[in-house]
Amino acid sequence: MTSSRFEPVVTNLRAAWARAYVRIFAASREPSWILSETLLPVIGMCAYVFVYRALGAPRAYEAFVVLGGVMMAYWLGVLWSMGTQFYWEKQDGNLEFYLMAPCSRMAILSGMAIGGVVMTSLRALSALALGLFVFRVPFDLTHGWTALLVFVLTLGSLYALGMCLASLFLMYGREVWHLAHALEEPVYLANGLYFPIRALGPWMAAAIATVPLAVGLDAMRQLLLGGALSKPILPVATELWILVGSLFFYLALAVVMLRWTEARGKRLGTLILRHQ
Amino acid sequence: MARLVFGASKGSVPIRNDADADHEGRLEVMVNTEFETLQDLRADVPNAPPRPAPDLSREGAAVWVEGLTRTFEAGKKKGVKRIVTAIAGIDVAIGRGELFGILGPNGAGKTTTMKILTTLLYPTTGEVRVAGFDAVTKPRDVRRRIGLVSGGDNAGYGILTVRESLWMFSQFYGVPNKASRERSEMLLDRLALREKADERVNRLSTGFKQRLNFARGFMSDPEIVFLDEPTLGLDVESARQIRAFLREWMAEKAGQRTVVLTTHYMAEADELCDRIAIIDRGKILATDTPQGLRTIVSADRRVVVELDAGTPIDALSAIAGVRVIRVTPPSEKGTFSIHLGVSEGKAMRAVLDSLMVEGSVVHNLSTHDPSLEDVFVAIVGRGIEEADAAATEGGAA
Repeated sequence: MTSSRFEPVVTNLRAAWARAYVRIFAASREPSWILSETLLPVIGMCAYVFVYRALGAPRAYEAFVVLGGVMMAYWLGVLWSMGTQFYWEKQDGNLEFYLMAPCSRMAILSGMAIGGVVMTSLRALSALALGLFVFRVPFDLTHGWTALLVFVLTLGSLYALGMCLASLFLMYGREVWHLAHALEEPVYLANGLYFPIRALGPWMAAAIATVPLAVGLDAMRQLLLGGALSKPILPVATELWILVGSLFFYLALAVVMLRWTEARGKRLGTLILRHQ
Repeated sequence: MARLVFGASKGSVPIRNDADADHEGRLEVMVNTEFETLQDLRADVPNAPPRPAPDLSREGAAVWVEGLTRTFEAGKKKGVKRIVTAIAGIDVAIGRGELFGILGPNGAGKTTTMKILTTLLYPTTGEVRVAGFDAVTKPRDVRRRIGLVSGGDNAGYGILTVRESLWMFSQFYGVPNKASRERSEMLLDRLALREKADERVNRLSTGFKQRLNFARGFMSDPEIVFLDEPTLGLDVESARQIRAFLREWMAEKAGQRTVVLTTHYMAEADELCDRIAIIDRGKILATDTPQGLRTIVSADRRVVVELDAGTPIDALSAIAGVRVIRVTPPSEKGTFSIHLGVSEGKAMRAVLDSLMVEGSVVHNLSTHDPSLEDVFVAIVGRGIEEADAAATEGGAA
């Protein structure tokens, strides 16, 4: 082991990379996983595109759907691969090794997040490719770099939220399935994955604007669809700051929640009992 | 011939509590040929110079525990919280360089103790120091110096190869890649995992998975390794390899590496441990070297005589210096065994004379020193299998 004052940093970086490795490299060994990550998720997106086409909606609506499909992939990744992950690790007997390793739990979660982003990007790219090359959705790339910044910040905030969920799900134990399902569909609706969020009314839209996915998606739509988005939630600059704020907020919250959950688990003995 | 473990308390099961017997104790021949005597077992231990007495002080000990208790809430009954006591007050000190065994039946508190020592659980009361650091307030300092292997566990990711798995776990301890590679190659060789090094974990047999699980605990080159039932459910060969590895690993840095082992396999504890603590119902009842524990029982020789079913044995119990310890039920072949404690040679002669006078057919007669099983029965008041059964019934209830 290295014995410098940077040792904790080095240990955490190594831990994060090792945990990411499982997802990035090892997971690609299962061809069926790649298929289910890329092909299946875009089917739902296709359905919405065909509905809009059948109704004669403007082409921009199809772009809505494609962007929504891309971001939906990340939300599913956050929910199922980040939020529930510590719970599954506990069931598999891995959690106690993470808990008794000298690295930070945030490093493990960061590794999961990095691996998750890479794997989920496969799904997102397949949705994007379908939109660009099959449906020929019109995207305006004038503000491409800003859109990329928004995308990165949105992912950061989302995965930080996933880290918070990891503690929450760990605490919920066996109810984790229900909790994940309960969060899945409402978020599709609330974040306007397939339609402009302003359709829900101004107050609802304002409330939902606190969720990074909705804000990020709205900003990207403003940037990539040119003037096609007539009723954005907030100006892009404001949304950028909201994303920066939520990134730090959720990261800090995740640290606090992890510490609290771990201390509670050690006190009650729930972290070492697998089927609780 | 002196046999390490013999006799049965239930039906015709021939072996009890041996590390290499399966859960139903069916490997009598293998066990008897493998373990002839305790002396034979210890002959495997690499010759090492006698070590100075370990430092058992609060500051110097590898593990130092005082007044440790742990209770759990087990729901409510009629609105009143039900509290279960897992550890009811433990004081123990384990010196650096010791291979210390915690022997006890299921539910005795072994695993709870291990979880507390490895910083996975808070104690309810008491002070716990591991590697010189407080396990509650300085868990990170403790974690950098320890490893844990839980027997029967298959932690890790099936999608990784054996080599990748070892590397991954080492990274959580910040082990540089070069050192990680060297250690994993050494462990692959020493635990006979080489041929499976590039195979995916989910394609390994249970035995190989457990060897991998065992190897994982050593990837960070810990000062103190906690082994919680490491050979649980392992086949004879894997268990033997693991025990041999442990002895070598300890000998490599004698006096610096410490192993704390929980087991309810008597032979394993006897073979490996420098000292053993016998634990039951959350309390340590005795701590000593295996030989020291035997002296607790008595200086008796143990004699086992196998006789035809129905042979009268009243005369044996009347002989001075002889006490009947246990009589097994008749076996399928129509014999039964009587276990005697015989204090002196004259008494032994009287036993033989008595059997000859009765005209008994003696199918087998063997003698041995008091075993750990005898010690356990004497201290706990019941055999480890009975205690396990009682714990299971209690759990089921």
